[in-house]
Amino acid sequence: MEADRAIVDAMGNRWKAKTTLLPEAKLGDLVLVHAGFAISLVDEEEAKKTWQLIAEISEFEDTPNKVSG
Amino acid sequence: MLDRINKAQSMMNAACKAMGRQVHIMEVCGTHTVSIFRNGIRSILPGSLKLLSGPGCPVCVTDQGYIDIVLELADREDCIIATYGDMIRVPGKDHSLETKQAKADVKVVLSSEDALQLAKDNPEKTVVFIAVGFGTTAPATAVVVKEAAAESIDNFCILSGHKLVVPAMRALLSGKNHNIDAFLCPGHVSVIIGYGAFAEIVEDFGRPCVVAGFEAVQIIEGLAEICEQLSSGKAELKSIYPAVVTEKGNAAAQRVIEECFEPVDGFWRGLGKIEKSTLKLKDKYERFDAFKRFDITEAPAEEARGCRCGEVLCGLIEPPECALFGQSCTPQEPVGPCMVSSEGACAAWFKYSRKRAQKP
Repeated sequence: MEADRAIVDAMGNRWKAKTTLLPEAKLGDLVLVHAGFAISLVDEEEAKKTWQLIAEISEFEDTPNKVSG
Repeated sequence: MLDRINKAQSMMNAACKAMGRQVHIMEVCGTHTVSIFRNGIRSILPGSLKLLSGPGCPVCVTDQGYIDIVLELADREDCIIATYGDMIRVPGKDHSLETKQAKADVKVVLSSEDALQLAKDNPEKTVVFIAVGFGTTAPATAVVVKEAAAESIDNFCILSGHKLVVPAMRALLSGKNHNIDAFLCPGHVSVIIGYGAFAEIVEDFGRPCVVAGFEAVQIIEGLAEICEQLSSGKAELKSIYPAVVTEKGNAAAQRVIEECFEPVDGFWRGLGKIEKSTLKLKDKYERFDAFKRFDITEAPAEEARGCRCGEVLCGLIEPPECALFGQSCTPQEPVGPCMVSSEGACAAWFKYSRKRAQKP
């Protein structure tokens, strides 16, 4: 991080983002980025729940179970 | 995950059965529109619950008059048009930015910063940044306007089409022929403006407002919460997206918007003129205002013949009810912005739904 420029890592992909709108962001924080700007810190516990949901969806798609009706 | 979906589904079924009437919930966020389609959410809702897609796609709600101005500016040899991707395929009278690209200087940018950089890299031309978007995107524009001012980048200006969602919600509810019972509120707009911004909709119109995230489970739980409220006669403001949404929102973003912009009356496709619904640069930054620099006044213009994007945007019709849908209006050859934009209801319906207009 330098002044208000930062590099963010999104599941392995690196992007540039500005932290002008999130002055409290520090190295290592989880952030939500929109149109090149970090706009919110992300609560880690809640983020983990979302990632868990996404993982469950992938697992579900890979198994032979199907929801009927 | 399935547990959560099943629970939410049971709640919705029970609540809707208890109400015994058709219930209409409107979402006002393009990202919700797409997620709802991509996940097939409508297919698991009770039959009496109808999900309406509202004016949540920023490119779609942009009036045709604004589009015409963008295309005129593109014709100027002294201008570079810098725009987010969605805008380039929106049709004007006989061209879009895309078809003009052979002669005009049009660059797609991922952020407002890129637009400012274009101005720095091309001092002999004027860069016009097509600043379209709701509350989530407006702060990004404000930041670069301030930077342009601080660094005296005078060959940079913005054509502001930034719109405010709450006045549009009020306009919809004040109209005569709507049937909206509640709103599913946008996730990332709420990150900026805070979910408290929707309190006035609850207080003044007695409609439940629930902010939800974009994953399928989050949307379904948001809908279940709304159904619960409706069946118990409640109208409350709630956010179920605690990961990033707070009541007050992002103070730094709100400050920078307040510093650079003021809300003025503006034209919306489908909704006409809405008071204090569009952001205009304050006088302090007027030299970066493309409307002033090129002496342009925005006036509403007519949509293409037969185009019913306006009605789609108000949730009055569903895309297949438009005679052009799937016939003369397709993603390959769109007539209106709802079919062009990645967040447009018509594009989403075309891509994800099996219902198509019947061929004559």
